[in-house]
Amino acid sequence: MDENIALTETTYYILLALYNPAHGYGIMRQVEELSNGRVHLAAGTLYGALNTLCEKEWIIQLPYEEGSRKKEYQLTDYGLEILMKEIERLKELVHNGEMVLGGIRE
Amino acid sequence: MKERKTLYRWFWVWDFEKEEDWLNEMAANGWVLADVGFCRYTFERCEPGEYTVRLENHAYDETYVDFMRDTGAEPVGRYFQWIYFRKPVELGRFDLFSDIDSRISHLDRIGKSLSLIGGANLLIGIVNSFGPSRLGWVNLLCATLLMYGLGRIHGKKESLEKERRLHE
Repeated sequence: MDENIALTETTYYILLALYNPAHGYGIMRQVEELSNGRVHLAAGTLYGALNTLCEKEWIIQLPYEEGSRKKEYQLTDYGLEILMKEIERLKELVHNGEMVLGGIRE
Repeated sequence: MKERKTLYRWFWVWDFEKEEDWLNEMAANGWVLADVGFCRYTFERCEPGEYTVRLENHAYDETYVDFMRDTGAEPVGRYFQWIYFRKPVELGRFDLFSDIDSRISHLDRIGKSLSLIGGANLLIGIVNSFGPSRLGWVNLLCATLLMYGLGRIHGKKESLEKERRLHE
């Protein structure tokens, strides 16, 4: 499996939001906050992505808290590794973009 | 008890977006979906624009519905493989899909049901055409229609895939 490919924005932000444990709605709100309201994760999209990420073991589902029916998730060490790699890749993109277009930005 | 009314409408399954638009138009006019059945839509009075309504082809799954409830959406009914949700506008924006991938997998789910039912009708149609029953043509007609629907869904999927080549 090639883990060296770009993450989608949805995947990236879900992983980031799960650095600390969170449940579905918590993830949606956090991502919206992190991106200053730009990224809105829709519930169906998020649900599907969470299942896929659990299967890949990038995140895990935490045991239910007493009296709660909400599923909580958290990033795994493996997931963190992938996220760090992605951040390196994104840095490269920004760096190269600025290097080429640096003069004409502003 | 809120005032209710029932309307009967037919939507082809590949026109699910039109169906959703119509349900949201109703909500904008003060009638929000409260129950669904075969071609049957029951509405109850609400403030105009109080709700957003969404529908989705999804195998009924208690975990999924609970997940949706957590986000403030309320399941109002389901019919066949479709679940209908509504969410008060004041609780925030309500969409089911926010990226191309999940829109494509939704279309795949619809396509799968269409090909299953279409395939079954084709088979029954062929068997009946050679047997004593004179109704084989009904199944063949159904199969043709469902295959047409499959084509429509496929077309939608193709344009999304084209878009995905450039961005998410």
